[in-house]
Amino acid sequence: MTYDVDVIRRDFPILERNVHGKPLVYLDNAATTQKPRSVIDRLVHYYEHENANIHRGLHTLAEEATAAYEASRLKVGEFINAEHPGQEIIFTRNTTESINLVANAWGRKNLKPGDEIVFSAMEHHSNLIPWQLIALATGARLRFIELDESGHLRRDDALAKIGERTKIVAITQMSNVLGTINPVKELAQLAHRAGAVVLVDGAQSVPHMPVDVRDIDCDFLAFSAHKMLGPTGVGVLYGKRDLLEVMDPFLGGGEMIKRVTFESSTYADLPHKFEAGTPNIADVIAFAPAIDYLQALGMDAVREHERDLTQYAIDALERVEGVTVYGPKDATERGGAVTFNYGDLHPHDLSQVLDAEGVAIRAGHHCAQPLMRELGVVATARASFYVYNRTDEVDALIDALGAADRIFGNASTARAAAR
Amino acid sequence: MPARPEPLLDELYRELILDHYKNPRHRGSLPAADVTAEGYNPVCGDEVTMQLDFDGDRLADLAIVGRGCSISQASGSMMSELVAGKSIGEIRRLSDEFKQMLTDDGAPVPKDLGDLEALQGVAKFAVRVKCATLAWHTLEDGIQQLERGGGSVAREEA
Ligand SMILES: Cc1ncc(COP(=O)(O)O)c(C=O)c1O
Repeated sequence: MTYDVDVIRRDFPILERNVHGKPLVYLDNAATTQKPRSVIDRLVHYYEHENANIHRGLHTLAEEATAAYEASRLKVGEFINAEHPGQEIIFTRNTTESINLVANAWGRKNLKPGDEIVFSAMEHHSNLIPWQLIALATGARLRFIELDESGHLRRDDALAKIGERTKIVAITQMSNVLGTINPVKELAQLAHRAGAVVLVDGAQSVPHMPVDVRDIDCDFLAFSAHKMLGPTGVGVLYGKRDLLEVMDPFLGGGEMIKRVTFESSTYADLPHKFEAGTPNIADVIAFAPAIDYLQALGMDAVREHERDLTQYAIDALERVEGVTVYGPKDATERGGAVTFNYGDLHPHDLSQVLDAEGVAIRAGHHCAQPLMRELGVVATARASFYVYNRTDEVDALIDALGAADRIFGNASTARAAAR
Repeated sequence: MPARPEPLLDELYRELILDHYKNPRHRGSLPAADVTAEGYNPVCGDEVTMQLDFDGDRLADLAIVGRGCSISQASGSMMSELVAGKSIGEIRRLSDEFKQMLTDDGAPVPKDLGDLEALQGVAKFAVRVKCATLAWHTLEDGIQQLERGGGSVAREEA
């Protein structure tokens, strides 16, 4: 099958809309992606024909909804090649909640004063704050692996930081700021040799490249449906069965118990032990067609498409005088989140001008304030791509930079020079 | 591609605003100032630092330096022109008037805000209001600091 972006675009209703009279150019996919018709239809179908609470009723609707919900679980598990998809996939609200689940349910039991939690200097706040909180609660120490000039993790520093005291290594597989793809398989080997477990933040990797948990041999993997064509409100936590089995619950309530007295309870088997209360049934069910869509395209093809587009964008941006692109410049080493600045122009001004041209990008600190400080900036602009983006949309971005230049003149460069 | 941006954007980025952004007034420092006030917005990264020199309850002179988006920097520059030489009571009244203009889109534009009237369009862009008010909040802090005996004060916008 050849990869035909024009055909793909027809499956995404929102791509037909205009913004301020211009065709929408949606380049904020690292924040959330658009949804294909099949996902939207599935949601509507569920509410029109199947809506019921799951795992409780003994009536037809409840049985159908439960079957569809559990089928999604299996599909997700197979997508990342989990060995026991029926037990190792836990549905949460988002990546953030998945990581908090591990930090609490695994961390409280396994961390003590003097133990070390290792992450990297390019983590999203989602893979940072939960560890800060658990470090405060347990007395464990935080250590982070530093970056080199080109935006890669420093291998020597990883070797130095991951050691005897390390209990968990929590690392993003793809940076949402620099785009860098990290060698998580190698890091997992290092961690395991040191007797530590590994959590991979897959929020940016799972949507954009083939990810195989058995190949990486990670202990936990967290990601969000909304960043991979699926609905908002669904996160995934993959965990190795042996580890999940001995962990205490994160939240308590209905669905996650077997037998309850006023004093104590026994907990449900995996994965229900970690899914307290009524879950986000409709959105979990509508996540399945999103995965079907990606599988029909093929994750290798998705990665190839984005790699080409990312290289095209980096090259085009670097040709614009005054533009600084952050992170690796070779698209084979990185994903499609391209962060940049344009002279001295504040990214909020830039993003506002681009919006008037129909171009949606992200501006700000991208939930990575420590990394921003490392880069020596307070904020940046970021364009990020997905399956439906085309080179002419990159061209529109570059043209819109021209509009910003017309409004702000060379003020930006002149001011920078005057300082 | 159109040569001109949309009217909506024109409302935000008026010529006068761009002029203040490109050529900020009262830029620099006052070594003998009574008060130094810093304002920072961690979400946007906008910063302003102002030095304030008082003569009794009158703001005799001020100097501003800053870094950030055009709205935050232009607002500081416009404010500096308006408040220089005014009494503390008058400054507080103007500050309230300015903030009112930014939060109440429909309200008539006050006539005594000088160039700051050009920032009226910001009211339509809710996320930018904080940019426009940063300098004013910082100045208010500076005045409070004077009442506490002078020195330095810093604020982080929430
Ligand atoms: C690398 C990374 N980790 C975690 C997250 C958090 O995802 P969510 O907001 O869906 O919890 C994001 C996205 O915002 C991300 O890019």
